[in-house]
Amino acid sequence: MINIQTQDFSLGDEYAAIRARAGDAGAIVTFTGLVREIYGDNSTAGAVQSLTLEHYPGMTENCLKDIQQKAEDRWPLLATTIIHRVGELYSHDQIVLVATASPHREAAFESAEFIMDYLKSQAPFWKKQKSENESSWIESRDIDKAALDRWQKS
Amino acid sequence: MLNIQYFASIREALNKSEEEFKLPRDVKSVQELIDSLVSANPHYEAAFIGSDAGKRGKVLVAVNQTIVDRNHPLSENDEVAFFPPMTGG
Repeated sequence: MINIQTQDFSLGDEYAAIRARAGDAGAIVTFTGLVREIYGDNSTAGAVQSLTLEHYPGMTENCLKDIQQKAEDRWPLLATTIIHRVGELYSHDQIVLVATASPHREAAFESAEFIMDYLKSQAPFWKKQKSENESSWIESRDIDKAALDRWQKS
Repeated sequence: MLNIQYFASIREALNKSEEEFKLPRDVKSVQELIDSLVSANPHYEAAFIGSDAGKRGKVLVAVNQTIVDRNHPLSENDEVAFFPPMTGG
Protein backbone atom coordinates (compact mmCIF):
# COMPACT_ATOMS: atom_id res chain seq x y z
CA MET A 1 0.00 0.00 0.00
CA ILE A 2 1.38 3.40 -1.00
CA ASN A 3 -0.11 6.74 0.02
CA ILE A 4 1.01 10.33 -0.44
CA GLN A 5 -1.14 12.46 1.82
CA THR A 6 -1.34 15.73 3.71
CA GLN A 7 -3.20 14.30 6.70
CA ASP A 8 -1.60 12.52 9.64
CA PHE A 9 -1.70 8.73 10.03
CA SER A 10 -2.30 6.42 12.97
CA LEU A 11 0.47 3.91 13.54
CA GLY A 12 -2.02 1.66 15.35
CA ASP A 13 -4.47 1.66 12.44
CA GLU A 14 -1.71 1.07 9.89
CA TYR A 15 -0.23 -1.76 11.95
CA ALA A 16 -3.66 -3.43 12.20
CA ALA A 17 -4.17 -3.00 8.45
CA ILE A 18 -0.84 -4.52 7.40
CA ARG A 19 -1.26 -7.31 9.95
CA ALA A 20 -4.64 -8.15 8.40
CA ARG A 21 -3.17 -8.11 4.86
CA ALA A 22 -0.01 -10.05 5.70
CA GLY A 23 -1.53 -13.49 6.25
CA ASP A 24 0.93 -15.80 7.98
CA ALA A 25 3.55 -13.20 8.89
CA GLY A 26 6.05 -14.00 11.60
CA ALA A 27 7.38 -10.44 11.78
CA ILE A 28 6.15 -6.91 11.12
CA VAL A 29 8.57 -3.99 11.32
CA THR A 30 7.28 -0.41 11.38
CA PHE A 31 9.42 2.70 11.00
CA THR A 32 8.08 6.21 11.62
CA GLY A 33 10.01 9.36 10.66
CA LEU A 34 9.32 12.56 12.61
CA VAL A 35 10.02 16.28 12.13
CA ARG A 36 13.01 17.31 14.24
CA GLU A 37 13.62 20.74 15.75
CA ILE A 38 17.09 21.16 14.24
CA TYR A 39 18.25 20.04 10.79
CA GLY A 40 21.88 19.72 9.77
CA ASP A 41 24.51 21.77 11.57
CA ASN A 42 22.89 25.09 10.82
CA SER A 43 22.28 25.88 14.48
CA THR A 44 22.40 29.65 13.87
CA ALA A 45 19.08 29.47 12.07
CA GLY A 46 17.29 28.77 15.34
CA ALA A 47 14.77 26.05 16.05
CA VAL A 48 12.72 24.81 13.11
CA GLN A 49 9.21 26.20 13.22
CA SER A 50 7.85 24.23 10.30
CA LEU A 51 8.88 21.96 7.49
CA THR A 52 7.21 22.08 4.07
CA LEU A 53 7.32 18.90 2.00
CA GLU A 54 7.03 19.34 -1.76
CA HIS A 55 6.83 16.45 -4.22
CA TYR A 56 6.43 15.62 -7.91
CA PRO A 57 2.93 14.16 -8.24
CA GLY A 58 2.93 11.13 -10.49
CA MET A 59 6.67 10.53 -10.40
CA THR A 60 6.54 10.15 -6.62
CA GLU A 61 3.99 7.35 -6.79
CA ASN A 62 5.93 5.61 -9.58
CA CYS A 63 9.20 5.85 -7.64
CA LEU A 64 7.64 4.45 -4.49
CA LYS A 65 6.10 1.56 -6.46
CA ASP A 66 9.51 0.85 -7.94
CA ILE A 67 11.18 0.91 -4.52
CA GLN A 68 8.48 -1.38 -3.14
CA GLN A 69 9.00 -3.78 -6.06
CA LYS A 70 12.77 -3.80 -5.53
CA ALA A 71 12.21 -4.75 -1.88
CA GLU A 72 9.73 -7.49 -2.83
CA ASP A 73 12.20 -8.90 -5.35
CA ARG A 74 14.91 -9.05 -2.70
CA TRP A 75 13.09 -10.31 0.41
CA PRO A 76 10.11 -12.65 0.96
CA LEU A 77 7.61 -9.93 1.89
CA LEU A 78 3.95 -10.64 2.57
CA ALA A 79 2.87 -6.99 2.64
CA THR A 80 4.37 -3.49 2.69
CA THR A 81 3.01 -0.05 3.56
CA ILE A 82 4.59 3.27 2.59
CA ILE A 83 2.89 6.50 3.68
CA HIS A 84 4.59 9.85 3.06
CA ARG A 85 3.08 13.14 4.10
CA VAL A 86 3.41 16.37 2.09
CA GLY A 87 2.56 20.01 2.83
CA GLU A 88 3.39 21.96 5.95
CA LEU A 89 4.42 19.98 9.03
CA TYR A 90 5.56 21.02 12.50
CA SER A 91 8.12 19.80 15.06
CA HIS A 92 7.40 16.27 16.25
CA ASP A 93 4.82 15.63 13.50
CA GLN A 94 4.94 12.28 11.74
CA ILE A 95 6.35 12.51 8.18
CA VAL A 96 6.73 8.98 6.92
CA LEU A 97 5.69 5.43 7.74
CA VAL A 98 7.24 2.28 6.33
CA ALA A 99 5.95 -1.12 7.43
CA THR A 100 7.05 -4.51 6.16
CA ALA A 101 5.67 -7.96 6.94
CA SER A 102 7.59 -11.17 6.36
CA PRO A 103 7.74 -14.73 7.66
CA HIS A 104 10.99 -13.87 9.49
CA ARG A 105 12.33 -10.82 11.30
CA GLU A 106 15.59 -10.41 9.37
CA ALA A 107 13.76 -9.80 6.09
CA ALA A 108 11.29 -7.44 7.76
CA PHE A 109 14.06 -5.37 9.42
CA GLU A 110 16.31 -5.23 6.37
CA SER A 111 13.57 -4.44 3.85
CA ALA A 112 12.18 -1.60 5.99
CA GLU A 113 15.66 -0.07 6.16
CA PHE A 114 16.18 -0.62 2.42
CA ILE A 115 12.89 1.12 1.56
CA MET A 116 13.74 4.09 3.80
CA ASP A 117 17.26 4.42 2.37
CA TYR A 118 15.89 4.42 -1.19
CA LEU A 119 13.03 6.73 -0.38
CA LYS A 120 15.29 9.38 1.18
CA SER A 121 17.38 9.99 -1.91
CA GLN A 122 15.48 8.42 -4.82
CA ALA A 123 11.88 9.59 -4.45
CA PRO A 124 11.10 13.17 -5.53
CA PHE A 125 10.43 14.84 -2.18
CA TRP A 126 12.03 18.08 -1.02
CA LYS A 127 12.03 19.62 2.44
CA LYS A 128 12.08 23.33 3.16
CA GLN A 129 12.58 24.44 6.72
CA LYS A 130 11.28 27.61 8.24
CA SER A 131 13.16 28.77 11.33
CA GLU A 132 13.01 31.85 13.52
CA ASN A 133 15.67 33.56 11.41
CA GLU A 134 15.45 32.08 7.94
CA SER A 135 13.75 29.83 5.46
CA SER A 136 15.85 27.39 3.43
CA TRP A 137 15.79 24.15 1.44
CA ILE A 138 17.37 21.24 3.25
CA GLU A 139 20.39 19.92 1.36
CA SER A 140 20.90 16.28 0.56
CA ARG A 141 23.48 14.58 2.75
CA ASP A 142 26.33 12.36 1.62
CA ILE A 143 25.50 10.00 4.46
CA ASP A 144 22.13 9.27 2.81
CA LYS A 145 23.86 8.43 -0.46
CA ALA A 146 26.28 6.18 1.45
CA ALA A 147 23.33 4.43 3.09
CA LEU A 148 21.98 3.68 -0.38
CA ASP A 149 25.31 2.50 -1.77
CA ARG A 150 25.68 -0.30 0.76
CA TRP A 151 22.57 -2.03 -0.66
CA GLN A 152 24.11 -1.99 -4.12
CA LYS A 153 27.32 -3.70 -3.00
CA SER A 154 25.80 -6.79 -1.43
CA MET B 1 5.36 21.11 -27.11
CA LEU B 2 7.57 20.07 -24.24
CA ASN B 3 6.06 20.36 -20.81
CA ILE B 4 8.80 21.55 -18.44
CA GLN B 5 8.30 21.35 -14.69
CA TYR B 6 10.42 22.88 -11.93
CA PHE B 7 10.54 21.86 -8.31
CA ALA B 8 11.83 23.13 -4.96
CA SER B 9 14.77 25.60 -5.16
CA ILE B 10 14.76 25.53 -8.98
CA ARG B 11 11.04 26.43 -9.03
CA GLU B 12 11.68 29.31 -6.62
CA ALA B 13 14.69 30.61 -8.58
CA LEU B 14 12.58 30.74 -11.76
CA ASN B 15 9.40 31.79 -9.99
CA LYS B 16 7.39 29.29 -12.03
CA SER B 17 6.42 25.66 -11.58
CA GLU B 18 5.89 24.71 -15.22
CA GLU B 19 5.80 25.95 -18.78
CA GLU B 20 5.19 24.74 -22.31
CA PHE B 21 8.22 24.99 -24.56
CA LYS B 22 8.41 24.56 -28.32
CA LEU B 23 11.33 22.25 -28.95
CA PRO B 24 13.71 23.97 -31.42
CA ARG B 25 14.76 21.70 -34.26
CA ASP B 26 18.43 21.73 -33.23
CA VAL B 27 17.72 20.79 -29.61
CA LYS B 28 17.97 17.04 -29.35
CA SER B 29 19.19 16.35 -25.82
CA VAL B 30 18.64 17.49 -22.26
CA GLN B 31 21.99 19.34 -22.28
CA GLU B 32 21.00 21.17 -25.47
CA LEU B 33 17.70 22.13 -23.87
CA ILE B 34 19.54 23.55 -20.84
CA ASP B 35 21.93 25.46 -23.13
CA SER B 36 19.01 26.81 -25.13
CA LEU B 37 17.10 27.98 -22.02
CA VAL B 38 20.21 29.51 -20.40
CA SER B 39 21.21 31.44 -23.52
CA ALA B 40 17.67 32.77 -23.95
CA ASN B 41 17.16 34.06 -20.44
CA PRO B 42 19.60 34.87 -17.57
CA HIS B 43 17.08 33.62 -15.00
CA TYR B 44 17.75 30.08 -16.20
CA GLU B 45 21.46 30.53 -15.77
CA ALA B 46 20.81 31.63 -12.19
CA ALA B 47 18.60 28.60 -11.56
CA PHE B 48 20.64 25.91 -13.34
CA ILE B 49 24.18 27.13 -12.73
CA GLY B 50 24.17 29.83 -10.06
CA SER B 51 21.82 28.17 -7.54
CA ASP B 52 23.14 26.14 -4.59
CA ALA B 53 22.34 22.89 -6.42
CA GLY B 54 23.76 24.28 -9.68
CA LYS B 55 27.07 25.26 -8.08
CA ARG B 56 27.52 21.73 -6.86
CA GLY B 57 26.62 20.34 -10.29
CA LYS B 58 23.58 18.72 -8.76
CA VAL B 59 20.59 19.91 -10.75
CA LEU B 60 18.78 16.67 -11.60
CA VAL B 61 16.67 16.05 -14.69
CA ALA B 62 13.77 13.68 -15.25
CA VAL B 63 12.25 12.94 -18.65
CA ASN B 64 8.78 11.43 -18.54
CA GLN B 65 9.22 11.03 -14.77
CA THR B 66 12.43 9.00 -14.93
CA ILE B 67 15.78 10.49 -13.88
CA VAL B 68 18.14 10.65 -16.85
CA ASP B 69 21.58 12.00 -17.66
CA ARG B 70 22.20 15.09 -19.76
CA ASN B 71 22.80 13.16 -22.96
CA HIS B 72 19.26 11.80 -22.88
CA PRO B 73 17.42 12.50 -26.16
CA LEU B 74 14.30 14.65 -26.21
CA SER B 75 11.24 14.45 -28.39
CA GLU B 76 8.11 16.54 -28.81
CA ASN B 77 5.56 16.04 -26.02
CA ASP B 78 8.11 14.85 -23.48
CA GLU B 79 7.60 15.89 -19.88
CA VAL B 80 10.89 17.28 -18.58
CA ALA B 81 11.51 18.19 -14.94
CA PHE B 82 14.40 19.98 -13.22
CA PHE B 83 15.02 19.75 -9.48
CA PRO B 84 17.72 19.61 -6.78
CA PRO B 85 18.73 16.34 -5.07
CA MET B 86 15.82 14.80 -3.21
CA THR B 87 15.47 15.08 0.56
CA GLY B 88 12.50 12.94 1.50
CA GLY B 89 11.87 10.66 4.46
